[in-house]
Amino acid sequence: MQEIVRQLAEKRAAAELGGGVKRIEAQHAKGKLTARERIELLLDPGSFEEWDMFVEHRCSDFGMKEQTIPGDGVVTGHGTINGRAMFVFSQDFTVFGGSLSEAHAEKICKIMDHAVKVGAPVIGLNDSGGARIQEGVASLGGYADVFQRNVLASGVVPQISLIMGPCAGGAVSSPAMTDFIFMVKDSSYMFVTGPEVVKTVTHEEVTAEELGGATSHSTRSGVADRAFEDDVEALGMVRRLMNYLPLSNQQKPPFRPTPDSSDREEPSLDTLVPDEPTKPYDIKELILKTVDDTDFFEIQPENAKNIVVGFARMAGHPVGIVANQPLVLAGCLDIKSSIKAGRFVRFCDAFNIPIITFVDVPGFMPGTAQEYGGIIKHGAKLLYAFAEATVPKITVITRKAYGGAYDVMSSKHLRGDVNLAWPTAEIAVMGPQGAVEIIFRKDRGNAERIAELTEEYRAKFANPFIAGHRGYIDDVIMPRETRRRICRSLAMLRNKQLENPWRKHGNIPL
Amino acid sequence: MFSRILIANRGEIACRVIRTARRMGIETVAVYSDADRDALHVQLADHAVRLGPPPASESYLAADHILQACHDTGAQAVHPGYGFLSENAAFAQRVIDAGIAFIGPRPHAITQMGDKITSKRLAAEAGVNTVPGFDGAVEHADHAVEIAREIGYPVMLKASAGGGGKGMRIARDDAACREGFTRAASEARNSFGDERIFVEKFIERPRHIEIQVLADAHGNAIYLGERECSLQRRHQKVIEEAPSPFLDAATRKAMGEQAVALARAVEYQSAGTVEFIVDADRNFYFLEMNTRLQVEHPVTEYVTGLDLVELMIRVAAGDPLPVTQGQVKLGGWSIEARVYAEDPLRGFLPSIGRLVRYVPPTTGPHVRVDSGAYEGGEVSMHYDPMIAKVITHGGSRLEAITHMRRALNEFYVRGVANNLGFLSALVGHPLFESGDISTDTIGQLYPEGFRADDVVHDEPGLLIAVAATIHRRYMDRAARISDQIPGYERRVGDEWVVVMDHQQHPVTVKLGASPTVCEVQVGHGAEERRYEVNSLWQFGQPLFRGVINGRDLCVQVERRNMIYRLQHWGATLDVRVLSARAAELLATMPIKEAPDTSGTVLAPMPGLLLEFRVQPGDEVAVGSDLAVIEAMKMQNVVHAVRRGVVAKLIAKRGDTLAVDQPLLEYEAT
Repeated sequence: MQEIVRQLAEKRAAAELGGGVKRIEAQHAKGKLTARERIELLLDPGSFEEWDMFVEHRCSDFGMKEQTIPGDGVVTGHGTINGRAMFVFSQDFTVFGGSLSEAHAEKICKIMDHAVKVGAPVIGLNDSGGARIQEGVASLGGYADVFQRNVLASGVVPQISLIMGPCAGGAVSSPAMTDFIFMVKDSSYMFVTGPEVVKTVTHEEVTAEELGGATSHSTRSGVADRAFEDDVEALGMVRRLMNYLPLSNQQKPPFRPTPDSSDREEPSLDTLVPDEPTKPYDIKELILKTVDDTDFFEIQPENAKNIVVGFARMAGHPVGIVANQPLVLAGCLDIKSSIKAGRFVRFCDAFNIPIITFVDVPGFMPGTAQEYGGIIKHGAKLLYAFAEATVPKITVITRKAYGGAYDVMSSKHLRGDVNLAWPTAEIAVMGPQGAVEIIFRKDRGNAERIAELTEEYRAKFANPFIAGHRGYIDDVIMPRETRRRICRSLAMLRNKQLENPWRKHGNIPL
Repeated sequence: MFSRILIANRGEIACRVIRTARRMGIETVAVYSDADRDALHVQLADHAVRLGPPPASESYLAADHILQACHDTGAQAVHPGYGFLSENAAFAQRVIDAGIAFIGPRPHAITQMGDKITSKRLAAEAGVNTVPGFDGAVEHADHAVEIAREIGYPVMLKASAGGGGKGMRIARDDAACREGFTRAASEARNSFGDERIFVEKFIERPRHIEIQVLADAHGNAIYLGERECSLQRRHQKVIEEAPSPFLDAATRKAMGEQAVALARAVEYQSAGTVEFIVDADRNFYFLEMNTRLQVEHPVTEYVTGLDLVELMIRVAAGDPLPVTQGQVKLGGWSIEARVYAEDPLRGFLPSIGRLVRYVPPTTGPHVRVDSGAYEGGEVSMHYDPMIAKVITHGGSRLEAITHMRRALNEFYVRGVANNLGFLSALVGHPLFESGDISTDTIGQLYPEGFRADDVVHDEPGLLIAVAATIHRRYMDRAARISDQIPGYERRVGDEWVVVMDHQQHPVTVKLGASPTVCEVQVGHGAEERRYEVNSLWQFGQPLFRGVINGRDLCVQVERRNMIYRLQHWGATLDVRVLSARAAELLATMPIKEAPDTSGTVLAPMPGLLLEFRVQPGDEVAVGSDLAVIEAMKMQNVVHAVRRGVVAKLIAKRGDTLAVDQPLLEYEAT
């Protein structure tokens, strides 16, 4: 037995060294931590239980037989974040460039299967050169096995991807199917085909950073949900995100006590909406002054900024916030913002997180670019997501709620539970001037008459009362009491029961 | 006494007058423009009357509307505040003609003192020291040179109707004098429609010291000591104090008596200020007389214990002054700092917009805040960008400074850029503490403008302890989340590392005897320091108030991802608090260099990019026009701050720019 114990110690030491001191130094020089160091920072100190440290690849071609490193390029296991169970895999770039072998994939699949079984999130730390070429189709099979599990786990346990190095080709598909992707600036990139291939095929010259760096994906493509400065920040922020998410779809999101009173009033919100209907204001002020401790974890802050989404807490309970942003494109809905918010709403619904919607939307963005891009179907994604959601839904209309966009934004008709309006709310088919120009088409040339009719229309319809008459809004509230009213409504809705009819799955307009 | 008065002003001064009137049992009428419908002075007053659209010319300067408002509300007197119509003799006359009292001097005094040449002549006649110079209008450039030679260089050329530095030129030789005359005359013509220029001796390293006078309709006139207003930036006062750290009793008396003599000479009534310029040998010369209540009047109120607004109202009502010169006692020291909506880090560019957060310092016997601002209010483009005045009082100058430093730490403003950090740096500067200041001081301290690294915090250990405490609180709270695995709950350790400016400071943070106390040990061994941090601070609060080792402290805190941004004493520090292991790992990685943006021109303000005035390949000199940004209906030209060749335009015409968004790039040099 002593011999076995000695060998065990040796193997552990070899596994912990990964690709060796030189490669670890190279990893650090690139501003990257190693797979194990990352796990140390991600999980509570000392909580990590490693599995499959002794797994080695089974490839004998191309001289691979002589090269084996225990663990085979990925560290897997489970541990805790703030005492809550998490499953983790962390690819080790110092071992065969973190490339994915059959055995490497099997390790990932094993923890994913366990995660679904016990109901705990999976966090993947990606840093891999891609498929283990020497293994050929076995490696491809490994990828597909992971993909299949990503899909089966989707909506069952939260899946988080951190891209902390290269992630190209087939490797991108697994993170793509997880719930959130975070990237590290300057040291990570993701693309389906790299700059070399791009150059050969399309003659475009582009660097890896421009093509698929953290900035490109967090500001342009919407692939990445956040971009962080370095590994330490990225891992710390994932810890923070996990504090909002339930362990699985069977659980409620976690409660955390707050000293912030549910009754707190914010008098300054009474002046948030400017007098002039075209003047923008920052919806984030409303969010920050409404949620617990001014703490808001924004998702995709740099992409499709005309809609703001993210997590916060109200009276200690997590909520998802969706808000039109009048500062950008007047808060219009367009293709990108509909996709961004639609996906976020579906995540919240899947994981029992109530949704708070702040509405100031003048409508959908017009134009050929939008129509040719398929705004009809993309816009319908957000509509579908809100309509399908059965979690508590609270909507506050701050100013404009015009046209089809009004319906979309968690309206009463889409089973909104509590729909409130500020006194500045205008729920209408369109803005007063536009409406008047259509109703009184013959007077269009007469500016004076149009102005007069517009004023008349404004007085009649640009207020919350018309919608109030019909019960489309439940109450008109003063802006200052928004927090109190939302907290109160959430408390009332805590045990909400609502089920959609049985079906294999719905057919969201993808 | 009046039963109802109208305040023909806005902002802090309107609020300030309303306060005194209310205390005296007088009803108040506020007036407002459309931009001020929700303003604080409107909310505070008993009645409010709309004047007109936002531009001052159609509202606060519209004498007809104001008189109509008096008529409609039955106001018996008008307090004009400062600025706007306060020194408009014609307005004062119209008020009087309408049978309403004007709470200010008589129109003839306003007229006489409003003209630089007349006032100087009257001052000289009243036996007031005046700066050697020519007390007539200069006819042409050669005439200016002739006079300058007579007085001796350096000389100053000034517009007769000028103020605020406009139309002023300093000349040290004939050529500069000639050029200065032409420029000053043209500026004066454009700005004031009056091209009269006069010349006087230019005083090197001057101090600006002014005397507060008060006179009634019964021939009584007194002076209430001086105010030192030497800390100025481009002729705009920044910090004022009373008394002056420079004057002796004899000089004070001499200045006071001359000021009173002048007041008597023009049959002055009400509160007024005689401004002097004082040289290094305590020679003082008359500058001008301001025939109104000054912005900085509160420092005089603090040291005299008198309410100047009350005295103005009483004088206007015909009461005799209730105090004689012999009864005026100066006690303690008072300092005022003017909080402006301007960005010191961008050349003091004015800032406007919504006051997203506005938390003024706690007031009390030592701290007074005069302001018309409130959270959710607006700093309008139409008016003066002053947000507030912070005034402190202490037994000694050092005490007043200490109160001021603390009050500025407590002042939290977001939404518009502001000069609080600059003010903090200024009052914390050893040069200010020494009292050895002149009107040149600010320019000499910050020759290239104010920059963030001009402020070095002299006790970073305090901030390390604060950051460690805050972080520990957040971690402890995070560890109270539900759904933890029983038996494997998160336990938060005591050992942390505070990373500040790439320096790692190991700290031990222990929870103290009560829940509000943390014991923080910073560093180890010989460099070890211990801090007992006691604070009621709660998550998300922007002000960390507490007692550290028995000392009151207020640090501004913002949490941005993993960074705590701490602001204190004018310094801004970005701090990370990491576990020992995270800090160790961070140290193994190369420090990320911030991208070099020196070759990139950034948008100085948010707005619409109207046009570029350069193209790639153009060579630009310092000061040349680069682009035009429209912000809040104003066209702002972006000037080059360094020379070079334009490599490429990054933004596009018509873009909506965020602040600091790249506009264009220079070629690498």
